[in-house]
Amino acid sequence: MNRSTTTVAQSAVKTKKSSYFRSRWNAPLAGYLFISPWLIGFLALTAYPLFLSLYYSFTDYTLMQPIKWVGTRNYERIFTADPKFIQSAKVTFTYVLASVPLKLIAALLVAMILSKAVKGISFYRTAIYFPSLIGGSIGVSLLWRNIFGIDGVFNKLIGVFGFEGKGWITSPDTALGTLILLTVWQFGSTMVIFLAGLKQIPNDLYEASSVDGASKVTQFFRITLPMLSPILYFNLIMAVIGAFQMFTSAFVITNGGPMNSTYVYAMYLYERAFSRYEMGYASALAWIMLVAIVAATLLISYTSKYWVFYETDTGGKKRK
Amino acid sequence: MTTTLKWKPAFRHLFMILFSLIMVYPVLWWIGASLKDSTELGSPSIFPTAPQWSNFTKGWNSVPGHTFTDFYLNTFGLEFAVIIATLLSCTLVAFGFARLDFPLKNFWFSILMLTLMMPGQVLIIPQYTLFYQLGWVNTYLPFIIPHLLAGGAGGSFFVFLLIQFIRGVPRELDESAKIDGCSWFGIFWRIVMPLAFPAIVTVTIFCFLWNWDDFLGHLLYINSVDKYTVGLALRMINDSQSAQEWGQLLAMSLVSIVPATIVFMFLQKYFVEGIATTGIKG
Repeated sequence: MNRSTTTVAQSAVKTKKSSYFRSRWNAPLAGYLFISPWLIGFLALTAYPLFLSLYYSFTDYTLMQPIKWVGTRNYERIFTADPKFIQSAKVTFTYVLASVPLKLIAALLVAMILSKAVKGISFYRTAIYFPSLIGGSIGVSLLWRNIFGIDGVFNKLIGVFGFEGKGWITSPDTALGTLILLTVWQFGSTMVIFLAGLKQIPNDLYEASSVDGASKVTQFFRITLPMLSPILYFNLIMAVIGAFQMFTSAFVITNGGPMNSTYVYAMYLYERAFSRYEMGYASALAWIMLVAIVAATLLISYTSKYWVFYETDTGGKKRK
Repeated sequence: MTTTLKWKPAFRHLFMILFSLIMVYPVLWWIGASLKDSTELGSPSIFPTAPQWSNFTKGWNSVPGHTFTDFYLNTFGLEFAVIIATLLSCTLVAFGFARLDFPLKNFWFSILMLTLMMPGQVLIIPQYTLFYQLGWVNTYLPFIIPHLLAGGAGGSFFVFLLIQFIRGVPRELDESAKIDGCSWFGIFWRIVMPLAFPAIVTVTIFCFLWNWDDFLGHLLYINSVDKYTVGLALRMINDSQSAQEWGQLLAMSLVSIVPATIVFMFLQKYFVEGIATTGIKG
């Protein structure tokens, strides 16, 4: 993207007139004036708070009382004497590891089927996208709570097929599953991105490979997946970052229960900070979350050189 | 060979129709359930035997001292302010990044890209203490001011989306305007902004949707019922009512997704473009 900017700029310099205007118009002040809202916002509402919360994490701070420096005590307590931290971290990891792959796989499979169905594609796309349009709202969380309740419609539906119902939301072993299902139900927006990516793959690749006798399975692993891998990579990272911060549905549908089986990390953070006003302790929790998210992102980008393929690459599957 | 060619698309369509129905069934059931009597709420049928329109009228007035009219006015007022703030700030910033040269531009641009991935929850505590000290708790300022500074729910995404779009606007237009004596602001306002209209619509849509669903933010900063947004009001009747009034609760929840649905129905083109070009999530 920067490359194209410079080439346009260079071509502009070539003519004498515009070189005059370049010197006159490209004053650094104008640039900074234009980006100043973002720059002030970044410094005051992102960078400064980030360091502020790092500082808080080494203190006792309850909003009302003066800040008291306590060194690494918050972190020591979190890692040695906080069963709720262990529980909420476990729940969140389970949620991330289950919901992200399921959502991406569903999105990819349906996108592949849909990329071939030419007639009616806009109808299917609308139907499948709609849940992700509304899925993050309180309204849908309340709907979910009703559907999967003991008297809910889900039990009636499986009863038709002879399965015995249960309180899906009130049983510790299935409650998180219903929340994961709610997330996977919203795979539509990811699917739309994959669908756009699939359309970009040149048809010649498939034609040439089928002339060479490649099977559908081979084509999928050797053409579709590699060509789609940059999009998959981007979506994987954004889905992981989003899943780590899951809050609304756990808060509204199950309120962390039963028996803390859906007590996600963000809920614990919220409780410490805004029910007990332990801002120092909660900031330490927040920084641990940040480190976990950064570590996950780095891990994914480290592995990306083995599976993400860019068209500008020459030759084989693996890059240097 | 010919039979497989005919059967495959048919099978694919059958599968897709069934699959789409499964995806949409909860919503269709929801519409029916909002009109159901509490005794038949568990029934899988989409159609209520006797539509209970009172679910809507009673639900609308189920918060003592208020009606949902108040909550919708609050939410739309907040949305309006936030959208205006976003459009003002994000377009200026995006124009600066896309068109002007200034020292450290690439550095700031990479910072912008990094903030795209910034987990917002890490910032809620320090931001809360800042806004608390400024006396902004229980006002709408913690939503409006960050958006005015190209931040808030999705701010960096919007800037990025607009930068990508403005880069596609031919530079020759700028050059000729400069020769005619147009200032940078003039180029921004008279040339680039009108051409960036599709991107501006996309930003408006997503700004609306993400703020509508910004439940955690509303929960943190809005305390008094007379400032409640629709989401907070729904949560309140969910917490306070017994299981008897599920019909009303589902009716009010259903109404709360109507604005997003209307926006989607009328502006679908911009949705798909916005999602597909930037990988924004819906």
